[in-house]
Amino acid sequence: MTEMKLMDGSEAIVEAAILAGLRFYAGYPMAPATELLEHMAAKLPKHGGVCINADTEIEAVNMALGASQVGARAATGSCGQGIALKQEAIAEAALNETPLVVFNMARGQQDYFQATRGGGWGDYRTITYAPKDLHEAVELTHVAFHVADKYRVPVIFMGDNLLARTQMGTSLPIPDLEPLPAKDWALDGKMGGTGASRWIWTFGGGKANRPGVGPDGYWRQTAEKFERIAQAEMRHEEGFCDGAETVIVAFGTGGKFVEHVVRELRAEGHSIGFFRPITLWPFPAPALEAATRNARNIFVFELNAGQMIDDVRLAVEGRNRIKAIGGPSFDDSGLNLGPMMDAAVIRERILAALAGTPLRELPYTGMGAYL
Amino acid sequence: MTIIDTSIPPLRPATKTAELKPSLLLSDHHHLCAGCGEPVAIRLILEVIQELGLTQNNVCILGHGCYGSFILQMDVDSTLCLHGRGPAVATGMKRMRPEVAIWTLQGDGDMTSEGLAEIMHAAARGENVTCFMLNNGVFGDTGGQMTASSVIGQRTKNTIEGRDATYHGHPIKLAEILARMDGTAYVARGSVHNAASINATRKLIRRAFERPMQGHGLALMEILTMCPTGWFIPPGEGAEYMMETFGKVYGLGEMRDVAAAPADEAAAR
Repeated sequence: MTEMKLMDGSEAIVEAAILAGLRFYAGYPMAPATELLEHMAAKLPKHGGVCINADTEIEAVNMALGASQVGARAATGSCGQGIALKQEAIAEAALNETPLVVFNMARGQQDYFQATRGGGWGDYRTITYAPKDLHEAVELTHVAFHVADKYRVPVIFMGDNLLARTQMGTSLPIPDLEPLPAKDWALDGKMGGTGASRWIWTFGGGKANRPGVGPDGYWRQTAEKFERIAQAEMRHEEGFCDGAETVIVAFGTGGKFVEHVVRELRAEGHSIGFFRPITLWPFPAPALEAATRNARNIFVFELNAGQMIDDVRLAVEGRNRIKAIGGPSFDDSGLNLGPMMDAAVIRERILAALAGTPLRELPYTGMGAYL
Repeated sequence: MTIIDTSIPPLRPATKTAELKPSLLLSDHHHLCAGCGEPVAIRLILEVIQELGLTQNNVCILGHGCYGSFILQMDVDSTLCLHGRGPAVATGMKRMRPEVAIWTLQGDGDMTSEGLAEIMHAAARGENVTCFMLNNGVFGDTGGQMTASSVIGQRTKNTIEGRDATYHGHPIKLAEILARMDGTAYVARGSVHNAASINATRKLIRRAFERPMQGHGLALMEILTMCPTGWFIPPGEGAEYMMETFGKVYGLGEMRDVAAAPADEAAAR
């Protein structure tokens, strides 16, 4: 356990990433992921690493792929808008088995589909961690790099403006993770001319003297791998769900706010619990199904037009009354979680949903920051 | 110029058997068309790698084009990366393994059309990598469409009356541009249209590997390669056609070598 230090989320994540063995980062500035790049640029060279100020997001993610393919722990990052440009390479990493960590310091909570469904080609999934606060972010940074190497897959780390830019006192504990095998697949350049040279590509082609399984076999093996990950890597947190009439589901920062409101309502005598997926994919569907087996209501709080609610519906197969109590909500900068991410507002919306009355429309936050 | 009659199937499959192969080739067969210049260029590159003692100290990043199938044939640690992104992948590799010779194998479509940003920025950063561009002025793998390097007047499947500058724009002479950038160590253009040009190109390829390994910056080695299939001419006429069209636009030889003078001085001492 290291000593406590006051850091914003971006700095704490960078410190944790370097402790986790990160040695290569390439990024392009974009709020609220910019500070991540700045801290990487300042800190990585002091630890024998490299941070490149790439000239496009596309360049950045492909650099990180190269660094990872020769055996280094590598990452890139942006917000959802920049990660849209990285989608092709994220799919490539999933399909050619390149470990990669992608930090999404998201604007709001609208990137759930982008993270869990992806926008690249082919049959692939991306493990996605959504920490509720800085302390969990530090732990999940280690987990993200570990899991990326363990399965040779891209992993998305989903933060937001509040996480990236809020200062908290934190230590940088290193979680105890199982040892991993050496990266004998990495392209170190040493196998040329031996008849056992290595290859990395999405086609399962192998080499002329050792033909691979081909695209059909390779993509079936990839699908099986993601199914194994889906079973093994689900994470969630829940509270007061046992026997609760109503369960509120929320992720990331929203999960932390909802937990607070649920504790208040519990103390006031409401039969209510909370459920927070920590992995957005694999979505902890069996746990949610068990936690809501006796619940009458499932309310989904997310600051978007309804994305995670699809996974909630799939998890409980329509058994419960499911209602969205969130919605798109931004502050006037367009970068930050909006006025709906407020304990009083969440409380009001839960109570309105319980009473069956319409949810109050919040006024637009407008263009104040720009006027 | 003869035009191939494509209304009937070919009489024999378009494969070629080489009698001698470099040790870095796993097979003496390839699956590219008869008359293709790419296998000649790749063979030269592999021979130079061996000559320079880089056999067990190099990684190849292949782009998307006919040459991409050589990931199967080359006994080299390799990846086939996203279209055009080779120089970015090479950057990440070289920064993490500076002692290894990192080289990209790209075509004009891969480098000049899809991947212009990546090669320009890698050159500007002076990454110590070697980038090969096999230039035949067409997207050969998709059947012969216009690329950013197709020459004016060139018939392709989507410039069927010939590339018209007023309608399709002008070709990009990438080597000439990179030769004027501060981060490049070495820029040259070779060709494989006859024995003399193959021998001359071998020397250029050697320097294209040496300069980045000496830490001088990025090397761009462009090689003009025949693509009779994509040019709709018989295999035997590729070399002549190439030098009458591409050869008049893309001059051969070294365009930049930042280490040439000091090296010569060192030799004189």
